[in-house]
Amino acid sequence: MLSRTADHLFWMARYTERAENTARMLDANYQLSLLPQSDEYAELGWRAMLSISELSGVYAAGHQGMKSRDVIDFMARDASNPSSIVNCLRAARENTRAVRSSTNSELWESLNTTWLECQRLLAGGILERDPYEFFEWVKFRSHLSRGVQLGTLVKDDAFWFMRLGTFIERADNTARILDVKFEMLEQRADTSAQPFDYYHWTAVLRSVSGFEVYRKVYRDVITPERVAGLLILYGDWPRSLAASIAEVEQLIGRVAYGRASETARLAAQLSAELRDGRIQNILKGGLHAYLVDFLARVNDLASRISRDFLVPLAPPKPATQTQSGESQTQTQSGESQTQTAGVAVR
Amino acid sequence: MVVRDIYAHIAGIDIVRAGQGEFYVLEDNLRVPSGVSYMLENRKMMMRLFPDLFSRNRVAPVAHYPDLLLDALRAAAPEGSDNPGIVVLTPGMYNSAYFEHAFLAQQMGVELVEGQDLFVENDYVYMRTTQGPQRVDVIYRRLDDDFLDPLVFRPDSTLGVPGLISAYRAGNVSLCNAVGTGIADDKSIYPYVPDMIRFYLGEEPILKNVPTWMCRKADDLKHVLDHLPELVVKETHGAGGYGMLVGPASSAAEIEAFRAALVANPDKYIAQPTLALSTCPTYVEAGIAPRHIDLRPFVLSGHDVRMVPGGLTRVALREGSLVVNSSQGGGTKDTWVLER
Repeated sequence: MLSRTADHLFWMARYTERAENTARMLDANYQLSLLPQSDEYAELGWRAMLSISELSGVYAAGHQGMKSRDVIDFMARDASNPSSIVNCLRAARENTRAVRSSTNSELWESLNTTWLECQRLLAGGILERDPYEFFEWVKFRSHLSRGVQLGTLVKDDAFWFMRLGTFIERADNTARILDVKFEMLEQRADTSAQPFDYYHWTAVLRSVSGFEVYRKVYRDVITPERVAGLLILYGDWPRSLAASIAEVEQLIGRVAYGRASETARLAAQLSAELRDGRIQNILKGGLHAYLVDFLARVNDLASRISRDFLVPLAPPKPATQTQSGESQTQTQSGESQTQTAGVAVR
Repeated sequence: MVVRDIYAHIAGIDIVRAGQGEFYVLEDNLRVPSGVSYMLENRKMMMRLFPDLFSRNRVAPVAHYPDLLLDALRAAAPEGSDNPGIVVLTPGMYNSAYFEHAFLAQQMGVELVEGQDLFVENDYVYMRTTQGPQRVDVIYRRLDDDFLDPLVFRPDSTLGVPGLISAYRAGNVSLCNAVGTGIADDKSIYPYVPDMIRFYLGEEPILKNVPTWMCRKADDLKHVLDHLPELVVKETHGAGGYGMLVGPASSAAEIEAFRAALVANPDKYIAQPTLALSTCPTYVEAGIAPRHIDLRPFVLSGHDVRMVPGGLTRVALREGSLVVNSSQGGGTKDTWVLER
């Protein structure tokens, strides 16, 4: 299939997944911010989330302080934040629009409706009234779009590239969600607040839909080690790093047709490490260091996928021009710019 | 020089019925005629909304147009390509006809590409796919000449493909329509078409041309200036209903502005009598009312010349208006050819 088409589908899936995970992350932080705690600690949560999303600078440019409302607003609908939920949903829709003929109308309708509905909900004041409801809605729409993909699309290259986008983004996002919480713990001066930790870690688990999974798998009290073990290594659970990278490895195999052997090898290597990994060993070297390395490797895989199959990242900036043809205007598409802007953020 | 000596694989001829019911060719569109998707979608809609009309009348079908188009494009392939790679080249999703480009590509089952999807190596054209480069033999381009190749035409074009014209010259890729066919859209070429038919085909034209005054001729210009309030004046390079004067529907100030433009630049204009275009009952806000129409049938040239029995009927939705272009608020209608 056309590289550009695959590229649009890959990014459509990435942005959809990113919108979902941003909603999950905001939800967890929002719930935490409602617990009795010092203002400093509440701010720490938001600060850590922005920093791990590499958005501290963009936020600081337009805001003072770390009020929950401000951060939620910034992450959910701020136009200046390229990874805000609104911008992600718009990008998902625009990417699909560019290749409508290569997907089916049900997928287009679901993403287009999401985009239109999102604007309606925000204009209706849902963020001010009930942020939780909005986050749930974003998650639900992401489930719906994925359901349409799985339930209606032909299993061809277009489909595999979409899946590839989903799992690359999910691996990245899950790693960040985990990292943000560990960073918070490390930054906290007071290490004695044990009961609070319970809420802290359940919030992490809930934000990746992992709380019930945790209970089932461990049947034990919640400890940071086990939470990390679950999110990183538990391959049977589709939001873990191990599961996401295993999918990435398989999907590269499907679309490569014997090409891109180095990319395939690197994915297989990372997948094998996660499959055979022990959480004790990972924690020994420091979780933050491990996750930083993991994110770099996922990022490298994503760039390689772009280079091998899709549109290489950061293309020369295309000039805009118009031409009056037979009652039509020809304008250079600005899609690739939108995408790279998204990449630079995360 | 070009395959089968065909330059205009797809032509859209604008036809009007006027006065006593005689048909005229209003203009030829040989560059990148658009609108065929409306013909197809209008029919689909009408069949869905009024199935009983179709069961009572024997309406000749038009839905096989994409099939005929694909056949014409395959016929344009350079010699030696048994299974030619065919693509539709679009300026991109922000073009107003993008829907049509995507629609036709999908209906024909060929790739819809933008300039950035193609590249030229050793005078062959390839498209970038996830499985590596793939040869392209025929390009149905919905992009004007100027933007096709920045190495030959506009150097600032990012919509085209560097080296495309070189590959085209080498005979390794066919462009549909060929480069330069837009000259036939020029309104100062139009008056010569009947003579071309006589000269090249040795036949009498079946359809009449609208009488045309060419303002670059002194006598014609004088006549036009003397009768400006009765005439329609058009720019020779104009399209889309822009830059034209419909004398009887214009204010004195508009007419005087055109008079000044004509005197300053007579070469740029032609003039025609204001035709009493036929009308068609049209559903408008006030109810059913007559509105002026024209008809654009699409002519495909491949192994032979073919058409579907139908075309794009354009309608001027404003009361009394003679300008049917969609860019001027015109609409479209399903067009029936009845079988006996």
